[in-house]
Amino acid sequence: MASRKFNTLPGFGLTMGFTLFYLSAIVLIPIGGLIVKVLGMSWSELWRLATTERAIAAYKLTFGASFLAALTNAVFGTILAWVLARYQFPGRRFFDALVDIPFALPTAVAGLTLANLFSQSGWVGQFLVPVGIKGAYSQLGVVIALIFVGLPFVVRTLQPVLESMEREVEEVAATLGAGRFRTFFTIIAPTLLPTIITGFALAFARAVGEYGSVIFISSNIPRQTEIAPLVIITLLEQYEYSAAMALALVLLVISFALLITINLLERWASRYQH
Amino acid sequence: MQTDTQIFRRARGPKSPRGTEESPFVKWILISVALAFVVLFLLLPLINVFWQAFDRGLKVYYESLADPDTLSAIKLTLLIAGITVPLNLVFGLAAAWAIAKFNFKGKPVLITLIDLPFAISPVVAGLMFVVLFGRQGFFGEWLDAREIRIIFAVPGMVLATVFITFPFVARELIPVMQATGTEQEQAALTLGAGGWQTFWYVTLPSVRWGLLYGVILCNARAMGEFGAVSVVSGHITGQTDTMPLRVEKLYQSASAASMTAAFSVASLLAFLALLTLIIKTFLEWRTQREYEAAQRAQPEPTLIAPSLQPTSHR
Repeated sequence: MASRKFNTLPGFGLTMGFTLFYLSAIVLIPIGGLIVKVLGMSWSELWRLATTERAIAAYKLTFGASFLAALTNAVFGTILAWVLARYQFPGRRFFDALVDIPFALPTAVAGLTLANLFSQSGWVGQFLVPVGIKGAYSQLGVVIALIFVGLPFVVRTLQPVLESMEREVEEVAATLGAGRFRTFFTIIAPTLLPTIITGFALAFARAVGEYGSVIFISSNIPRQTEIAPLVIITLLEQYEYSAAMALALVLLVISFALLITINLLERWASRYQH
Repeated sequence: MQTDTQIFRRARGPKSPRGTEESPFVKWILISVALAFVVLFLLLPLINVFWQAFDRGLKVYYESLADPDTLSAIKLTLLIAGITVPLNLVFGLAAAWAIAKFNFKGKPVLITLIDLPFAISPVVAGLMFVVLFGRQGFFGEWLDAREIRIIFAVPGMVLATVFITFPFVARELIPVMQATGTEQEQAALTLGAGGWQTFWYVTLPSVRWGLLYGVILCNARAMGEFGAVSVVSGHITGQTDTMPLRVEKLYQSASAASMTAAFSVASLLAFLALLTLIIKTFLEWRTQREYEAAQRAQPEPTLIAPSLQPTSHR
Protein backbone atom coordinates (compact mmCIF):
# COMPACT_ATOMS: atom_id res chain seq x y z
CA MET A 1 0.00 0.00 0.00
CA ALA A 2 2.74 2.45 0.89
CA SER A 3 5.16 3.57 -1.76
CA ARG A 4 8.23 3.97 0.40
CA LYS A 5 10.92 4.04 -2.25
CA PHE A 6 12.61 7.13 -0.83
CA ASN A 7 11.52 6.71 2.73
CA THR A 8 13.30 4.68 5.37
CA LEU A 9 11.33 5.92 8.37
CA PRO A 10 9.99 3.14 10.54
CA GLY A 11 6.58 2.75 12.10
CA PHE A 12 4.27 2.97 9.09
CA GLY A 13 2.66 -0.39 9.79
CA LEU A 14 2.20 0.30 13.49
CA THR A 15 0.80 3.82 13.19
CA MET A 16 -1.35 3.07 10.15
CA GLY A 17 -2.68 -0.08 11.78
CA PHE A 18 -3.58 1.75 14.96
CA THR A 19 -5.12 4.65 13.02
CA LEU A 20 -7.36 2.33 11.02
CA PHE A 21 -8.31 0.29 14.09
CA TYR A 22 -9.16 3.33 16.20
CA LEU A 23 -10.99 5.05 13.32
CA SER A 24 -13.09 1.93 12.78
CA ALA A 25 -13.85 1.37 16.45
CA ILE A 26 -14.79 4.96 17.28
CA VAL A 27 -16.22 6.35 14.05
CA LEU A 28 -16.89 3.87 11.25
CA ILE A 29 -18.54 1.04 13.17
CA PRO A 30 -20.97 3.35 15.04
CA ILE A 31 -21.96 5.11 11.79
CA GLY A 32 -22.25 1.77 10.01
CA GLY A 33 -24.29 0.35 12.88
CA LEU A 34 -26.86 3.11 12.61
CA ILE A 35 -27.09 2.77 8.83
CA VAL A 36 -27.44 -1.05 8.98
CA LYS A 37 -30.15 -0.77 11.63
CA VAL A 38 -32.09 1.82 9.63
CA LEU A 39 -31.80 -0.16 6.41
CA GLY A 40 -33.38 -3.08 8.27
CA MET A 41 -36.62 -1.11 8.12
CA SER A 42 -38.79 -1.13 5.01
CA TRP A 43 -38.71 2.00 2.84
CA SER A 44 -42.38 2.74 3.46
CA GLU A 45 -41.92 2.41 7.20
CA LEU A 46 -38.83 4.60 7.09
CA TRP A 47 -40.63 7.22 5.00
CA ARG A 48 -43.65 7.21 7.32
CA LEU A 49 -41.49 7.66 10.45
CA ALA A 50 -39.28 10.34 8.93
CA THR A 51 -42.15 12.46 7.62
CA THR A 52 -44.59 12.70 10.52
CA GLU A 53 -46.24 16.06 10.99
CA ARG A 54 -44.07 16.74 14.02
CA ALA A 55 -40.88 15.78 12.17
CA ILE A 56 -41.71 18.00 9.18
CA ALA A 57 -42.35 20.98 11.45
CA ALA A 58 -39.01 20.32 13.16
CA TYR A 59 -37.12 20.11 9.82
CA LYS A 60 -38.70 23.39 8.72
CA LEU A 61 -37.60 25.13 11.91
CA THR A 62 -34.13 23.54 11.90
CA PHE A 63 -33.33 24.38 8.29
CA GLY A 64 -35.20 27.71 8.26
CA ALA A 65 -33.51 28.99 11.41
CA SER A 66 -30.12 27.62 10.28
CA PHE A 67 -30.51 29.40 6.95
CA LEU A 68 -31.45 32.72 8.54
CA ALA A 69 -28.63 32.46 11.07
CA ALA A 70 -26.05 31.56 8.41
CA LEU A 71 -27.29 34.43 6.22
CA THR A 72 -27.01 36.91 9.10
CA ASN A 73 -23.51 35.63 9.79
CA ALA A 74 -22.58 35.87 6.11
CA VAL A 75 -23.50 39.58 6.13
CA PHE A 76 -22.19 40.68 9.53
CA GLY A 77 -19.35 38.14 9.59
CA THR A 78 -18.07 39.54 6.28
CA ILE A 79 -18.16 43.11 7.63
CA LEU A 80 -16.42 41.92 10.80
CA ALA A 81 -13.72 40.02 8.91
CA TRP A 82 -13.18 43.06 6.67
CA VAL A 83 -12.87 45.43 9.63
CA LEU A 84 -10.49 43.09 11.50
CA ALA A 85 -8.30 42.45 8.46
CA ARG A 86 -8.08 45.97 7.05
CA TYR A 87 -8.54 48.63 9.72
CA GLN A 88 -6.51 49.63 12.72
CA PHE A 89 -8.52 50.69 15.76
CA PRO A 90 -8.14 50.42 19.53
CA GLY A 91 -9.06 46.96 20.82
CA ARG A 92 -8.73 45.25 17.45
CA ARG A 93 -6.74 42.31 18.86
CA PHE A 94 -9.22 41.90 21.71
CA PHE A 95 -12.20 41.75 19.35
CA ASP A 96 -10.27 39.42 17.08
CA ALA A 97 -9.71 37.00 19.96
CA LEU A 98 -13.38 37.30 21.00
CA VAL A 99 -14.48 35.84 17.66
CA ASP A 100 -13.29 32.41 18.85
CA ILE A 101 -15.59 32.45 21.90
CA PRO A 102 -18.26 30.25 20.25
CA PHE A 103 -15.57 27.61 19.50
CA ALA A 104 -14.41 27.56 23.12
CA LEU A 105 -17.55 28.23 25.15
CA PRO A 106 -19.63 25.07 25.79
CA THR A 107 -22.95 25.26 23.97
CA ALA A 108 -24.92 24.74 27.20
CA VAL A 109 -23.32 27.86 28.67
CA ALA A 110 -24.03 29.81 25.48
CA GLY A 111 -27.68 28.77 25.53
CA LEU A 112 -28.06 29.57 29.22
CA THR A 113 -26.65 33.07 29.00
CA LEU A 114 -28.36 33.96 25.68
CA ALA A 115 -31.73 32.86 27.08
CA ASN A 116 -31.15 35.04 30.14
CA LEU A 117 -29.92 37.99 28.06
CA PHE A 118 -32.94 38.05 25.73
CA SER A 119 -35.62 37.21 28.33
CA GLN A 120 -37.85 39.95 29.63
CA SER A 121 -35.65 40.71 32.63
CA GLY A 122 -32.36 40.36 30.75
CA TRP A 123 -29.97 43.14 29.73
CA VAL A 124 -31.08 43.08 26.10
CA GLY A 125 -34.59 41.64 26.49
CA GLN A 126 -35.79 44.47 28.74
CA PHE A 127 -35.52 46.80 25.74
CA LEU A 128 -36.63 44.35 23.05
CA VAL A 129 -39.58 42.54 24.69
CA PRO A 130 -41.66 45.74 25.25
CA VAL A 131 -41.42 46.57 21.54
CA GLY A 132 -42.59 43.07 20.63
CA ILE A 133 -39.25 41.37 19.89
CA LYS A 134 -39.23 38.12 21.83
CA GLY A 135 -35.68 36.84 21.64
CA ALA A 136 -36.06 34.04 24.17
CA TYR A 137 -38.44 31.07 24.19
CA SER A 138 -39.39 31.70 20.56
CA GLN A 139 -38.40 30.79 17.01
CA LEU A 140 -36.32 33.96 16.94
CA GLY A 141 -34.44 32.57 19.95
CA VAL A 142 -33.44 29.53 17.90
CA VAL A 143 -32.01 31.85 15.24
CA ILE A 144 -30.13 33.88 17.89
CA ALA A 145 -28.47 30.75 19.34
CA LEU A 146 -27.50 29.57 15.85
CA ILE A 147 -26.03 32.99 14.97
CA PHE A 148 -23.82 32.61 18.05
CA VAL A 149 -22.50 29.15 17.16
CA GLY A 150 -21.96 29.93 13.47
CA LEU A 151 -20.27 33.36 13.52
CA PRO A 152 -16.60 32.27 13.75
CA PHE A 153 -16.96 29.96 10.76
CA VAL A 154 -17.63 32.90 8.42
CA VAL A 155 -15.07 35.24 9.99
CA ARG A 156 -12.25 32.69 10.21
CA THR A 157 -12.84 31.48 6.66
CA LEU A 158 -12.73 35.01 5.24
CA GLN A 159 -9.90 36.55 7.28
CA PRO A 160 -6.92 34.75 5.69
CA VAL A 161 -8.29 35.42 2.21
CA LEU A 162 -8.75 39.13 2.95
CA GLU A 163 -5.28 39.38 4.45
CA SER A 164 -3.59 37.73 1.49
CA MET A 165 -5.54 39.65 -1.15
CA GLU A 166 -3.30 41.70 -3.39
CA ARG A 167 -3.86 45.41 -2.87
CA GLU A 168 -2.15 46.14 -6.19
CA VAL A 169 -5.26 45.09 -8.11
CA GLU A 170 -7.31 47.62 -6.17
CA GLU A 171 -4.65 50.27 -6.72
CA VAL A 172 -4.74 49.60 -10.45
CA ALA A 173 -8.52 49.97 -10.43
CA ALA A 174 -8.22 53.23 -8.56
CA THR A 175 -5.52 54.52 -10.91
CA LEU A 176 -7.77 53.75 -13.86
CA GLY A 177 -10.39 55.97 -12.29
CA ALA A 178 -12.69 53.53 -10.54
CA GLY A 179 -14.34 54.84 -7.37
CA ARG A 180 -14.12 52.85 -4.17
CA PHE A 181 -17.64 51.48 -4.58
CA ARG A 182 -17.00 50.40 -8.14
CA THR A 183 -13.72 48.74 -7.11
CA PHE A 184 -15.54 46.93 -4.32
CA PHE A 185 -18.34 45.56 -6.48
CA THR A 186 -16.31 44.73 -9.59
CA ILE A 187 -12.98 43.62 -8.05
CA ILE A 188 -13.29 42.72 -4.36
CA ALA A 189 -16.78 41.23 -4.12
CA PRO A 190 -16.37 38.70 -6.97
CA THR A 191 -13.06 37.52 -5.45
CA LEU A 192 -14.56 37.12 -2.00
CA LEU A 193 -17.89 35.61 -3.00
CA PRO A 194 -16.79 31.94 -3.17
CA THR A 195 -15.21 32.27 0.28
CA ILE A 196 -18.29 33.97 1.73
CA ILE A 197 -20.44 31.14 0.36
CA THR A 198 -18.04 28.58 1.88
CA GLY A 199 -18.30 30.34 5.26
CA PHE A 200 -22.09 30.42 4.91
CA ALA A 201 -22.15 26.68 4.19
CA LEU A 202 -19.90 25.91 7.18
CA ALA A 203 -22.08 28.00 9.51
CA PHE A 204 -25.21 26.39 8.08
CA ALA A 205 -23.83 22.86 8.53
CA ARG A 206 -22.86 23.61 12.11
CA ALA A 207 -26.31 25.10 12.84
CA VAL A 208 -28.27 22.15 11.44
CA GLY A 209 -26.72 19.75 13.97
CA GLU A 210 -26.70 22.14 16.93
CA TYR A 211 -28.56 21.03 20.03
CA GLY A 212 -27.12 22.36 23.31
CA SER A 213 -27.50 26.10 22.94
CA VAL A 214 -30.89 25.90 21.23
CA ILE A 215 -32.75 23.88 23.83
CA PHE A 216 -31.96 26.49 26.49
CA ILE A 217 -33.25 29.49 24.57
CA SER A 218 -36.17 27.77 22.82
CA SER A 219 -39.45 26.94 24.55
CA ASN A 220 -39.24 23.51 22.86
CA ILE A 221 -42.95 23.24 22.05
CA PRO A 222 -43.65 20.47 19.48
CA ARG A 223 -44.56 21.81 16.01
CA GLN A 224 -43.59 25.36 17.04
CA THR A 225 -40.15 25.75 18.57
CA GLU A 226 -38.84 22.19 18.50
CA ILE A 227 -35.70 21.48 16.45
CA ALA A 228 -35.03 18.13 14.76
CA PRO A 229 -32.26 16.92 17.15
CA LEU A 230 -34.62 17.49 20.08
CA VAL A 231 -37.31 15.37 18.40
CA ILE A 232 -34.74 12.56 18.19
CA ILE A 233 -33.98 12.83 21.91
CA THR A 234 -37.68 12.97 22.85
CA LEU A 235 -38.42 9.90 20.73
CA LEU A 236 -35.52 8.05 22.38
CA GLU A 237 -36.87 8.87 25.83
CA GLN A 238 -40.21 7.40 24.76
CA TYR A 239 -38.40 4.25 23.53
CA GLU A 240 -39.45 5.03 19.93
CA TYR A 241 -36.11 3.78 18.60
CA SER A 242 -37.17 3.27 14.97
CA ALA A 243 -38.63 6.74 14.69
CA ALA A 244 -35.56 8.30 16.32
CA MET A 245 -33.27 6.45 13.91
CA ALA A 246 -35.35 7.49 10.90
CA LEU A 247 -34.91 11.18 11.80
CA ALA A 248 -31.24 10.61 12.60
CA LEU A 249 -30.74 9.13 9.13
CA VAL A 250 -32.29 12.24 7.55
CA LEU A 251 -29.87 14.47 9.48
CA LEU A 252 -26.95 12.15 8.71
CA VAL A 253 -27.64 12.17 4.97
CA ILE A 254 -27.93 15.97 4.99
CA SER A 255 -24.68 16.27 6.98
CA PHE A 256 -22.85 14.15 4.41
CA ALA A 257 -24.36 16.13 1.54
CA LEU A 258 -23.22 19.37 3.20
CA LEU A 259 -19.74 17.93 3.79
CA ILE A 260 -19.38 17.13 0.09
CA THR A 261 -20.78 20.55 -0.89
CA ILE A 262 -18.30 22.31 1.41
CA ASN A 263 -15.39 20.34 -0.04
CA LEU A 264 -16.42 21.37 -3.55
CA LEU A 265 -16.92 25.00 -2.44
CA GLU A 266 -13.46 25.11 -0.87
CA ARG A 267 -11.94 23.83 -4.10
CA TRP A 268 -13.85 26.51 -6.02
CA ALA A 269 -12.82 29.24 -3.58
CA SER A 270 -9.13 28.31 -3.68
CA ARG A 271 -9.13 28.77 -7.47
CA TYR A 272 -9.65 32.49 -6.93
CA GLN A 273 -6.78 32.92 -4.55
CA HIS A 274 -3.89 32.92 -6.99
CA MET B 1 -20.14 68.23 -23.08
CA GLN B 2 -17.88 68.08 -20.09
CA THR B 3 -16.55 71.22 -18.57
CA ASP B 4 -12.89 71.56 -17.77
CA THR B 5 -13.42 71.26 -14.04
CA GLN B 6 -15.30 67.96 -14.50
CA ILE B 7 -12.47 66.53 -16.54
CA PHE B 8 -9.99 67.80 -13.98
CA ARG B 9 -11.95 66.13 -11.18
CA ARG B 10 -12.04 62.78 -12.94
CA ALA B 11 -8.35 62.96 -13.64
CA ARG B 12 -7.67 63.51 -9.99
CA GLY B 13 -9.26 60.16 -9.28
CA PRO B 14 -11.17 59.02 -6.22
CA LYS B 15 -11.19 61.06 -3.05
CA SER B 16 -9.54 58.56 -0.70
CA PRO B 17 -5.81 59.04 -0.14
CA ARG B 18 -4.44 55.95 -1.89
CA GLY B 19 -7.57 55.06 -3.74
CA THR B 20 -7.65 51.72 -2.00
CA GLU B 21 -9.25 52.89 1.21
CA GLU B 22 -12.76 53.80 2.11
CA SER B 23 -13.62 57.31 3.24
CA PRO B 24 -13.29 57.78 7.01
CA PHE B 25 -17.08 57.99 7.25
CA VAL B 26 -17.66 54.57 5.64
CA LYS B 27 -14.82 53.12 7.67
CA TRP B 28 -16.32 54.42 10.90
CA ILE B 29 -19.76 52.99 10.05
CA LEU B 30 -18.32 49.56 9.19
CA ILE B 31 -16.31 49.41 12.42
CA SER B 32 -19.35 50.43 14.47
CA VAL B 33 -21.61 47.83 12.85
CA ALA B 34 -19.04 45.05 13.26
CA LEU B 35 -18.25 45.85 16.88
CA ALA B 36 -21.92 46.30 17.82
CA PHE B 37 -22.57 42.82 16.43
CA VAL B 38 -19.68 41.32 18.42
CA VAL B 39 -20.74 43.09 21.61
CA LEU B 40 -24.37 41.94 21.28
CA PHE B 41 -23.73 38.32 20.32
CA LEU B 42 -20.36 37.52 21.93
CA LEU B 43 -19.24 39.98 24.60
CA LEU B 44 -22.54 40.58 26.45
CA PRO B 45 -23.37 36.84 26.71
CA LEU B 46 -19.88 36.20 28.11
CA ILE B 47 -20.02 38.99 30.70
CA ASN B 48 -23.58 37.98 31.60
CA VAL B 49 -22.40 34.49 32.66
CA PHE B 50 -20.08 35.91 35.32
CA TRP B 51 -22.48 38.69 36.30
CA GLN B 52 -25.35 36.30 36.98
CA ALA B 53 -23.07 33.84 38.78
CA PHE B 54 -21.74 36.45 41.23
CA ASP B 55 -24.96 38.48 41.44
CA ARG B 56 -25.90 37.14 44.90
CA GLY B 57 -22.41 37.41 46.29
CA LEU B 58 -19.38 35.18 46.71
CA LYS B 59 -20.92 33.14 49.52
CA VAL B 60 -23.87 32.00 47.44
CA TYR B 61 -21.49 31.35 44.54
CA TYR B 62 -19.29 29.16 46.69
CA GLU B 63 -22.23 27.33 48.26
CA SER B 64 -23.81 26.50 44.91
CA LEU B 65 -20.53 25.00 43.77
CA ALA B 66 -20.04 23.07 46.99
CA ASP B 67 -23.32 21.21 46.44
CA PRO B 68 -22.45 17.47 46.43
CA ASP B 69 -24.29 16.81 43.15
CA THR B 70 -22.44 19.67 41.51
CA LEU B 71 -19.12 18.44 42.89
CA SER B 72 -19.76 14.97 41.50
CA ALA B 73 -20.56 16.57 38.12
CA ILE B 74 -17.24 18.41 38.20
CA LYS B 75 -15.41 15.18 39.05
CA LEU B 76 -17.14 13.28 36.25
CA THR B 77 -16.30 15.99 33.73
CA LEU B 78 -12.63 15.85 34.77
CA LEU B 79 -12.67 12.04 34.60
CA ILE B 80 -14.19 11.95 31.11
CA ALA B 81 -11.77 14.58 29.79
CA GLY B 82 -8.92 12.75 31.54
CA ILE B 83 -9.68 9.57 29.59
CA THR B 84 -10.72 11.18 26.30
CA VAL B 85 -7.83 13.56 25.73
CA PRO B 86 -4.97 10.99 26.14
CA LEU B 87 -6.81 8.53 23.87
CA ASN B 88 -7.27 11.08 21.10
CA LEU B 89 -3.74 12.36 21.69
CA VAL B 90 -2.23 8.92 21.02
CA PHE B 91 -4.48 8.54 18.00
CA GLY B 92 -3.55 12.01 16.74
CA LEU B 93 0.16 11.21 16.95
CA ALA B 94 -0.23 7.86 15.20
CA ALA B 95 -2.47 9.24 12.46
CA ALA B 96 -0.25 12.28 11.87
CA TRP B 97 2.89 10.08 11.66
CA ALA B 98 1.32 7.74 9.12
CA ILE B 99 -0.28 10.51 7.05
CA ALA B 100 2.45 13.15 7.16
CA LYS B 101 5.57 11.02 6.84
CA PHE B 102 4.48 8.44 4.26
CA ASN B 103 2.82 8.39 0.86
CA PHE B 104 0.02 5.96 0.22
CA LYS B 105 -3.10 5.64 -1.88
CA GLY B 106 -6.33 6.95 -0.45
CA LYS B 107 -4.75 9.57 1.81
CA PRO B 108 -7.41 12.24 1.06
CA VAL B 109 -10.14 9.69 1.85
CA LEU B 110 -8.53 8.87 5.19
CA ILE B 111 -8.27 12.57 6.10
CA THR B 112 -11.93 13.09 5.20
CA LEU B 113 -12.92 10.09 7.35
CA ILE B 114 -10.97 11.51 10.30
CA ASP B 115 -12.88 14.81 9.92
CA LEU B 116 -16.24 13.02 9.78
CA PRO B 117 -17.22 13.52 13.45
CA PHE B 118 -17.17 17.30 12.91
CA ALA B 119 -19.92 16.96 10.32
CA ILE B 120 -22.28 14.83 12.38
CA SER B 121 -24.83 16.28 14.80
CA PRO B 122 -23.84 15.43 18.41
CA VAL B 123 -27.31 14.04 19.03
CA VAL B 124 -26.97 11.65 16.08
CA ALA B 125 -23.52 10.67 17.37
CA GLY B 126 -24.97 9.81 20.77
CA LEU B 127 -27.75 7.82 19.12
CA MET B 128 -25.17 5.70 17.28
CA PHE B 129 -23.82 4.42 20.58
CA VAL B 130 -27.34 3.69 21.82
CA VAL B 131 -27.87 1.66 18.64
CA LEU B 132 -24.68 -0.31 19.33
CA PHE B 133 -24.81 -0.79 23.09
CA GLY B 134 -28.38 0.03 24.20
CA ARG B 135 -30.90 -2.58 25.37
CA GLN B 136 -32.27 -3.05 21.86
CA GLY B 137 -28.90 -2.51 20.23
CA PHE B 138 -26.49 -4.88 18.49
CA PHE B 139 -24.58 -5.83 21.62
CA GLY B 140 -27.45 -5.10 24.05
CA GLU B 141 -28.32 -8.68 24.97
CA TRP B 142 -24.73 -9.80 25.21
CA LEU B 143 -23.86 -6.90 27.54
CA ASP B 144 -27.06 -7.35 29.54
CA ALA B 145 -26.29 -11.02 30.20
CA ARG B 146 -22.91 -10.01 31.66
CA GLU B 147 -24.36 -7.03 33.50
CA ILE B 148 -22.04 -4.63 31.72
CA ARG B 149 -23.56 -1.17 31.45
CA ILE B 150 -22.32 1.16 28.74
CA ILE B 151 -25.37 3.26 27.89
CA PHE B 152 -26.69 5.45 30.73
CA ALA B 153 -23.31 4.95 32.39
CA VAL B 154 -19.82 6.45 32.28
CA PRO B 155 -18.33 4.18 29.52
CA GLY B 156 -20.98 5.35 27.05
CA MET B 157 -20.35 8.98 27.95
CA VAL B 158 -16.61 8.51 27.42
CA LEU B 159 -17.23 6.84 24.02
CA ALA B 160 -19.54 9.66 22.92
CA THR B 161 -17.00 12.29 23.99
CA VAL B 162 -14.14 10.44 22.26
CA PHE B 163 -16.23 10.41 19.07
CA ILE B 164 -17.04 14.14 19.22
CA THR B 165 -13.44 15.21 19.93
CA PHE B 166 -11.87 12.58 17.64
CA PRO B 167 -10.38 14.87 14.93
CA PHE B 168 -8.97 17.72 17.08
CA VAL B 169 -5.38 16.55 17.77
CA ALA B 170 -4.94 14.74 14.45
CA ARG B 171 -6.02 17.63 12.26
CA GLU B 172 -3.71 20.07 14.10
CA LEU B 173 -0.73 17.71 13.94
CA ILE B 174 -0.98 16.53 10.32
CA PRO B 175 -0.09 19.91 8.73
CA VAL B 176 2.63 20.57 11.32
CA MET B 177 4.30 17.19 10.72
CA GLN B 178 3.94 17.58 6.96
CA ALA B 179 5.71 20.93 7.12
CA THR B 180 8.66 19.67 9.16
CA GLY B 181 9.32 16.98 6.53
CA THR B 182 11.33 13.81 7.12
CA GLU B 183 14.95 15.00 6.73
CA GLN B 184 15.59 15.42 10.45
CA GLU B 185 14.24 11.95 11.23
CA GLN B 186 16.26 10.44 8.38
CA ALA B 187 19.38 12.09 9.78
CA ALA B 188 18.71 10.76 13.29
CA LEU B 189 18.21 7.24 11.93
CA THR B 190 21.37 7.44 9.85
CA LEU B 191 23.28 8.44 12.96
CA GLY B 192 22.06 5.28 14.62
CA ALA B 193 19.02 6.34 16.63
CA GLY B 194 16.21 3.83 17.04
CA GLY B 195 12.66 4.45 15.83
CA TRP B 196 11.24 5.36 19.24
CA GLN B 197 14.31 7.44 20.08
CA THR B 198 13.89 9.39 16.86
CA PHE B 199 10.22 9.96 17.55
CA TRP B 200 10.82 10.98 21.15
CA TYR B 201 13.85 13.28 20.67
CA VAL B 202 13.37 14.58 17.12
CA THR B 203 9.73 14.48 16.05
CA LEU B 204 7.94 15.27 19.29
CA PRO B 205 9.94 18.42 20.15
CA SER B 206 9.45 19.80 16.65
CA VAL B 207 5.66 19.50 16.83
CA ARG B 208 5.16 20.34 20.52
CA TRP B 209 3.30 23.63 19.99
CA GLY B 210 0.92 22.20 17.42
CA LEU B 211 0.38 19.26 19.74
CA LEU B 212 -0.44 21.51 22.69
CA TYR B 213 -2.78 23.53 20.46
CA GLY B 214 -4.72 20.39 19.50
CA VAL B 215 -4.80 19.12 23.07
CA ILE B 216 -6.29 22.29 24.59
CA LEU B 217 -8.97 22.47 21.89
CA CYS B 218 -9.75 18.78 22.39
CA ASN B 219 -9.92 19.27 26.15
CA ALA B 220 -12.23 22.31 25.92
CA ARG B 221 -14.64 20.41 23.72
CA ALA B 222 -14.46 17.26 25.86
CA MET B 223 -15.37 19.19 29.01
CA GLY B 224 -18.08 21.21 27.31
CA GLU B 225 -19.76 18.54 25.18
CA PHE B 226 -23.50 18.47 25.70
CA GLY B 227 -25.63 16.87 22.97
CA ALA B 228 -23.88 13.53 22.50
CA VAL B 229 -23.31 13.03 26.21
CA SER B 230 -26.91 13.99 26.95
CA VAL B 231 -28.20 11.12 24.79
CA VAL B 232 -26.15 8.40 26.51
CA SER B 233 -26.06 9.79 30.04
CA GLY B 234 -29.42 8.82 31.52
CA HIS B 235 -29.23 11.97 33.65
CA ILE B 236 -28.83 10.26 37.01
CA THR B 237 -28.17 13.08 39.49
CA GLY B 238 -24.89 12.63 41.33
CA GLN B 239 -23.84 9.79 39.01
CA THR B 240 -24.03 10.50 35.29
CA ASP B 241 -24.31 14.29 35.22
CA THR B 242 -21.38 16.19 33.74
CA MET B 243 -21.01 19.93 34.30
CA PRO B 244 -22.96 20.94 31.17
CA LEU B 245 -25.72 18.45 32.04
CA ARG B 246 -25.78 19.80 35.60
CA VAL B 247 -26.24 23.31 34.17
CA GLU B 248 -29.27 22.09 32.23
CA LYS B 249 -30.80 20.36 35.25
CA LEU B 250 -30.39 23.42 37.47
CA TYR B 251 -31.79 25.64 34.72
CA GLN B 252 -34.85 23.44 34.33
CA SER B 253 -35.76 23.49 38.02
CA ALA B 254 -36.42 27.19 37.39
CA SER B 255 -36.19 28.55 40.94
CA ALA B 256 -34.18 31.75 41.43
CA ALA B 257 -31.63 29.96 43.61
CA SER B 258 -31.07 27.11 41.15
CA MET B 259 -30.76 29.65 38.34
CA THR B 260 -27.86 31.27 40.18
CA ALA B 261 -26.41 27.81 40.76
CA ALA B 262 -26.73 27.06 37.02
CA PHE B 263 -24.77 30.22 36.25
CA SER B 264 -22.18 29.34 38.89
CA VAL B 265 -21.42 26.00 37.21
CA ALA B 266 -21.57 27.74 33.83
CA SER B 267 -19.05 30.32 35.02
CA LEU B 268 -16.50 27.55 35.66
CA LEU B 269 -16.96 26.34 32.09
CA ALA B 270 -16.76 29.91 30.78
CA PHE B 271 -13.55 30.39 32.75
CA LEU B 272 -12.17 27.25 31.12
CA ALA B 273 -13.17 28.67 27.72
CA LEU B 274 -11.35 31.93 28.43
CA LEU B 275 -8.27 30.06 29.58
CA THR B 276 -8.37 27.99 26.39
CA LEU B 277 -8.59 31.14 24.28
CA ILE B 278 -5.71 32.79 26.13
CA ILE B 279 -3.43 29.77 25.64
CA LYS B 280 -4.54 29.52 22.01
CA THR B 281 -3.80 33.20 21.36
CA PHE B 282 -0.42 32.82 23.06
CA LEU B 283 0.44 29.77 20.93
CA GLU B 284 -0.55 31.59 17.75
CA TRP B 285 1.53 34.61 18.76
CA ARG B 286 4.51 32.33 19.51
CA THR B 287 4.19 30.47 16.24
CA GLN B 288 3.97 33.75 14.38
CA ARG B 289 7.22 34.93 15.99
CA GLU B 290 8.97 31.66 15.23
CA TYR B 291 7.68 31.87 11.68
CA GLU B 292 8.97 35.41 11.23
CA ALA B 293 12.33 34.52 12.77
CA ALA B 294 12.59 31.52 10.46
CA GLN B 295 11.75 33.69 7.46
CA ARG B 296 14.44 36.17 8.41
CA ALA B 297 16.98 33.38 8.81
CA GLN B 298 16.24 31.73 5.49
CA PRO B 299 13.68 32.78 2.93
CA GLU B 300 11.98 29.40 2.80
CA PRO B 301 8.27 29.85 3.33
CA THR B 302 7.16 26.40 4.42
CA LEU B 303 8.97 25.94 7.71
CA ILE B 304 5.87 26.22 9.88
CA ALA B 305 2.64 24.45 9.17
CA PRO B 306 0.06 26.27 7.08
CA SER B 307 -2.55 25.82 9.79
CA LEU B 308 -0.42 27.70 12.29
CA GLN B 309 0.80 30.44 10.02
CA PRO B 310 -0.13 33.90 11.23
CA THR B 311 -2.42 34.65 8.30
CA SER B 312 -4.49 31.54 8.78
CA HIS B 313 -7.29 31.53 11.30
CA ARG B 314 -9.72 28.86 12.24
